[in-house]
Amino acid sequence: MKIGLDIGSTTIKCVVLDNNNKFIYSTYERHYSQITQKMGEILKYIRLNIKGADKACVAISGSAGMGVAESCGLDFIQEVYATRVAVNTFLPGTDVVIELGGEDAKILFLSGGMEVRMNGTCAGGTGAFIDQMASLLNVDIEQFNALATQHEKTYTIASRCGVFAKTDIQPLLNQGARKSDIAQSIFAAVVNQTVAGLAQGREIEGNVVYLGGPLTFMSQLRKQFDHILDTKGTCPENSLYYVAAGAALCADNTIDFKEVINKVTKYTGSGNFAFNKPLFKDKKEYEEFVSRHSRANVKGKDMNGYKGKAYIGIDAGSTTVKGVVLSENKEMLFSKYLSNSGNPVPIIKEFLNEVYKIAPDIEIVGSAVTGYGEEIIRNAFCIDHGIVETVAHFTAAKDFMPDVEFIIDIGGQDIKCFKIHNGAIDNIFLNEACSSGCGSFLQTFANALGYSIEEFASKGLFAQHPVDLGSRCTVFMNSSVKQAQKDGATIEDISAGLSLSVVKNALYKVIRTSGPDELGKKIVVQGGTFLNNAVLRAFETEMGTPVVRPVISGLMGAYGAALYAMGKGGEKSTILNAKQLDDFKHVIKVTNCGLCQNNCRLTVNTFADGRKFIAGNRCERPITKKSPDKSLNIYDYKLQLLQSYEPKEGTRGKIGLPMGLNMYEMLPFWHTFLTNLGFEVITSGISDKKVYALGNKTIPSDTICFPAKLVHGHVQKLIDMGVETIFYPCMSYNFDEGLGDNHYNCPVVAYYPEVIGANMNSVSKITLIKDYVGIHRPKDFPKKVFEILKKHYPDITLKEVRSASELAYKEYEAHIARIRAKGDEIIKKAEEENKPIFVLSGRPYHVDPEINHGIDRMISGFGVAIVSEDSVSNRVEKFSTTVLNQWTYHSRLYAAAKYIAGRKDMNLVQLVSFGCGVDAITTDEVRDILESEGKIYTQIKIDEITNLGAVKIRIRSLLAAIGEEK
Amino acid sequence: MAKLEYDKTGRLLFTKQMKDEYTILMPMMAPIHFNMLKNVFTHYGYKAVLLETNGPEIAQVGLKYVHNDTCYPALLVIGQFIHALQSGKYDVHSTALMITQTGGGCRASNYIHLLRKALKKAGFEFVPVISLNLSGLEKNSGFTLTIPLVRRLAAGLVYGDALMLLRNQIQPYEVNKGEAQRLVDKWVTELSKEFANGKGYAAKTIDENLDKIACSFTEIKVNRIPKVKVGVVGEIYVKYAALGNNDLERFLAEQGCEVNLPGIMGFMLFKVDNRLEDIKLYGGSKLKFKIVEALMNYLTGLETSLIAATKKYGFLPPSSYQHTKSLVKNVIGYGSKMGEGWLLTAEMLELTETGYGNIVCTQPFGCLPNHINGKGMIRRIKSVDDRANIVAIDYDPGAPRVNQENRIKLMLAVAKENLNKEIEEQKAKEQEKADTKQKKQKTATKK
Repeated sequence: MKIGLDIGSTTIKCVVLDNNNKFIYSTYERHYSQITQKMGEILKYIRLNIKGADKACVAISGSAGMGVAESCGLDFIQEVYATRVAVNTFLPGTDVVIELGGEDAKILFLSGGMEVRMNGTCAGGTGAFIDQMASLLNVDIEQFNALATQHEKTYTIASRCGVFAKTDIQPLLNQGARKSDIAQSIFAAVVNQTVAGLAQGREIEGNVVYLGGPLTFMSQLRKQFDHILDTKGTCPENSLYYVAAGAALCADNTIDFKEVINKVTKYTGSGNFAFNKPLFKDKKEYEEFVSRHSRANVKGKDMNGYKGKAYIGIDAGSTTVKGVVLSENKEMLFSKYLSNSGNPVPIIKEFLNEVYKIAPDIEIVGSAVTGYGEEIIRNAFCIDHGIVETVAHFTAAKDFMPDVEFIIDIGGQDIKCFKIHNGAIDNIFLNEACSSGCGSFLQTFANALGYSIEEFASKGLFAQHPVDLGSRCTVFMNSSVKQAQKDGATIEDISAGLSLSVVKNALYKVIRTSGPDELGKKIVVQGGTFLNNAVLRAFETEMGTPVVRPVISGLMGAYGAALYAMGKGGEKSTILNAKQLDDFKHVIKVTNCGLCQNNCRLTVNTFADGRKFIAGNRCERPITKKSPDKSLNIYDYKLQLLQSYEPKEGTRGKIGLPMGLNMYEMLPFWHTFLTNLGFEVITSGISDKKVYALGNKTIPSDTICFPAKLVHGHVQKLIDMGVETIFYPCMSYNFDEGLGDNHYNCPVVAYYPEVIGANMNSVSKITLIKDYVGIHRPKDFPKKVFEILKKHYPDITLKEVRSASELAYKEYEAHIARIRAKGDEIIKKAEEENKPIFVLSGRPYHVDPEINHGIDRMISGFGVAIVSEDSVSNRVEKFSTTVLNQWTYHSRLYAAAKYIAGRKDMNLVQLVSFGCGVDAITTDEVRDILESEGKIYTQIKIDEITNLGAVKIRIRSLLAAIGEEK
Repeated sequence: MAKLEYDKTGRLLFTKQMKDEYTILMPMMAPIHFNMLKNVFTHYGYKAVLLETNGPEIAQVGLKYVHNDTCYPALLVIGQFIHALQSGKYDVHSTALMITQTGGGCRASNYIHLLRKALKKAGFEFVPVISLNLSGLEKNSGFTLTIPLVRRLAAGLVYGDALMLLRNQIQPYEVNKGEAQRLVDKWVTELSKEFANGKGYAAKTIDENLDKIACSFTEIKVNRIPKVKVGVVGEIYVKYAALGNNDLERFLAEQGCEVNLPGIMGFMLFKVDNRLEDIKLYGGSKLKFKIVEALMNYLTGLETSLIAATKKYGFLPPSSYQHTKSLVKNVIGYGSKMGEGWLLTAEMLELTETGYGNIVCTQPFGCLPNHINGKGMIRRIKSVDDRANIVAIDYDPGAPRVNQENRIKLMLAVAKENLNKEIEEQKAKEQEKADTKQKKQKTATKK
């Protein structure tokens, strides 16, 4: 008899096999992190109820089982290995195993060269992710699966990590997308992530087996795998127990049952975890703290029967909706803090109904709305004003501390911080999509451990050893918490530790501060998360200074909105009255725009009186039916320039250029060069989702930047087009533009052709010319490139190459000159029309609409003229920077920052691709250059992600700060 | 007290007077090598201190003063420096810091600038930073790399490589635990003494010393039971520094493995060779080529001595740089030079070839060159040599150890299975041999 235990991140599975490897007993239970206790119970049960168990061999497997196994002297079997053993025993002939667990995703290739793949540390989003998403939709797993079966459409949701996906889903919910479609989209995202992240170029074919909890419980998820892989996988009997069974099969040590049960129940972990000082010394200190903060309060007044003038403020946030009603004397008449279970419209309707019911004679003179759901709520209920969150929060904070210097708001999904300089919002910090471990993060942890958030938070207040969990994203945090539990940390320690980590994340990752001196001493903290006293205390301790936390901390957005409406004055609000509200109806239709290649998925909301509101659009086109004015947008011009290089038939046949990374700048050069050598130059065109999907199974590194990932698709597209030779050379060096200390490309741009050559099977069937070329040495270039081409085209002559090279260099220069001339033109026109100018800076490939997600168009929709870093970088002389200025593309950033520093009408917005290591250096430097001249630095992180909500907040806040928001 | 002097660009200089008054802190990477280097500096009159601090607070300090998306080695090295300055152990007004600077296209060339930014943030802008490089970047009057000093440093690295290699091949099998490490320590002291007396770095003495060192390791009593052989490659800092890789070497030892870390000499040769490759690929000065070639030859000479000495006493010598280089001929181009470049790919092939095909490929999370040369080439390596069993592990301040160890254990589970198979096959062969021998004997006796 053999016993195997599989201790996973959320569940324990146990299997007992007889000597013929038949299942005698199996159990599957959630352990709520009480691992040893649960394990002890299971073992006791087996010992009492299964005959002969006393003499069984036992082994442990599972991601959370390692520590327990070690300290109890039991054999530990790595879980993927255990799966393999079990599959080989029970399902011989299996080719591929796909196993999703609580927090792991694995693919095992069993036939034809055994390979095992596990998700990297950055790829969350499996079982726990689906759980999280289900709770976001307010359904359980079963309902979630059922919902998905009823889907009509699938949305694209970022498939990189759970946090990203969540930021995609939230706006969809807010725009009124259907839950069933979202559920299905989440499944699609999980499947894409597993396949793209783990297959890494290897075909998933043959007998496919699905294992693990999520795949066992969710038929629709299996269906989606079948669909994407174009196969029919099986989910065998006992699919939950393969790891446990594998451990059992590997077990060959009999144990003293009694002793092990004894050890397991006594196991308390090593107690070795890094921890911080307790939040409070004693009860007295806590009480002082509570009383100090209770002073920051607002006056209240009963709304019952209120007859006077009133102002309504609404904050339709990502996870919660807040509404307040203020009297004309700023007394709080009524307030509501509601959780947003998907669609904010019915919640606001309910809120207004309540207001009209309590005070039928109330006279509403002004109203304003802010938050993610601003647009839909404003349209649905005819609210007077829509304002950007930062302005709402600033307005509210000023009310508590007129000379406030720094405001930090930690909400459910996001962190917003800004500095106030001369009475205006100066510097804005928003959390990037990767670190949105905020309020909902604490909530999720609390729920996962079986507590309400209030209970959980209060547990942390008097923890003796708050765990040091670092300041990283949610996915990492999950594992850190597990580790701490393993090491013996209590729930109290973890609760306090998580509060500290939220604070550290905000301070060191989002704001990038090193202490209070940088932020100023006058700080107002707000947002629902700061109602949690543990977080508030952690913030004060970490900053070493007391702060103001208004009692209405969670309502500050709505309060600010109401104050804003009050400030705007007016006689009567346009907000729907009680009667109109009764007739209110809201119908949602989902459609695709189709007016340009972005093909935005639109949500068309129709209201009772026939008013329509369209969401999901990047530009005004689906609303006005006119194409946006492109004359002041250099991104559009640059894209057009590149599209003008068309193939010319030639004697040497077709040659393909993949439109990825530096090809966005080198195209004029290579196109001219190769065309003049007699090639018909075929490009892979501008990226879209389909192009990405063509190549995403061959990406070896899931944490590389999205622009690099796209290259795989472009190469595949060329091959699919029948191109037999692809020219994509490696380039360590770029042109020396005389702006920096050196002129490198970044390692990814420089050597990506190597990755393509080594990871795409289809490339082996064609010729890929990926040799190293040095365009930075025009004199040597022709001879060197001639040697490379000669290998493939023996008839080519050096003379031909020389003349083609000469033309290529000329064309490149002409191309750059055209961009600069356009830049001059746009700047001149903007000056004449008195428009603000943004230098939207990034890399040449950020012109790709699939990479920039139409951010350029969104910005120009605000009436802003857009130039690029390369169109102004030549306007300054070389200057010294505090970092080594050694990459050509990045030198342009510094130069652009330096240039605009002296111009009142210009601001810089930097696009940063997620995962760009080089930008960790450039962003700080660009910020320093701008701030030394009193400019605001704005950074936008982009990825596969398509959510523009956060980007809009940033742009609108910037416009508000420079006094341009209309 | 030395006056603070700045150059034209505003960089704080390390002056001659500082050389006498200041303590120079060095960050830890590879303990054997860096101790040798430290001793070389000490004997050149610098008050060098090698930081031996560790613990999670170093990463925390790093996170506080360095951009959180910067690579992990920068966080740790800078964290270790500032942690030391804040510790109160050193008079911060007479302390300088020393850091290497490569000047390649990878982010690492910027560490020194990030360090200066961090120092400013932490209120230590008066602490001078010395750049250790061979490219002539950032000169300081109080610190000059003279040719004799460079030769001693190079010799130090060769000895370091030899001691590391010998220890790694003996330690897992030693009968009396701790013997190999004690021998390493003994040699570090001994060699440093020689350096102090101006000896130990001439080509001939290096030959003799390496011979003595290798010989001394044969005297350690060993029990050669079969163990899983694991190679470790990766970004240079996380590859060697226990602080960076969560004490990977110790973990592997505890799992019962023999570990092979390719030496630092290979990396030095690679960095020098890049200058030759650049000229070959893109054109350039012939004179420069000749000069660099001479340096290359000098280093190759040292490498040859190392190979000869270890081979002579039955140890597995490191493969020659040229051989390692030849392994990637049709795998990746020699122009891929940023970070560890093609050498990383080549080392994995070399390890597989020499029986260390179970490989941990370490890199800081988001390491750009390793997207190409590490993770980007694993598939290719397996198609060239299917004995390769590689696991890529990312390191960063948030990556929990338990996840890393779990992934390594998966690699080890496969490795153990392969080892057992080998042992079985070996046994079967021996059995077969014995059987045939017996048969022969039988037929012989019959006759």
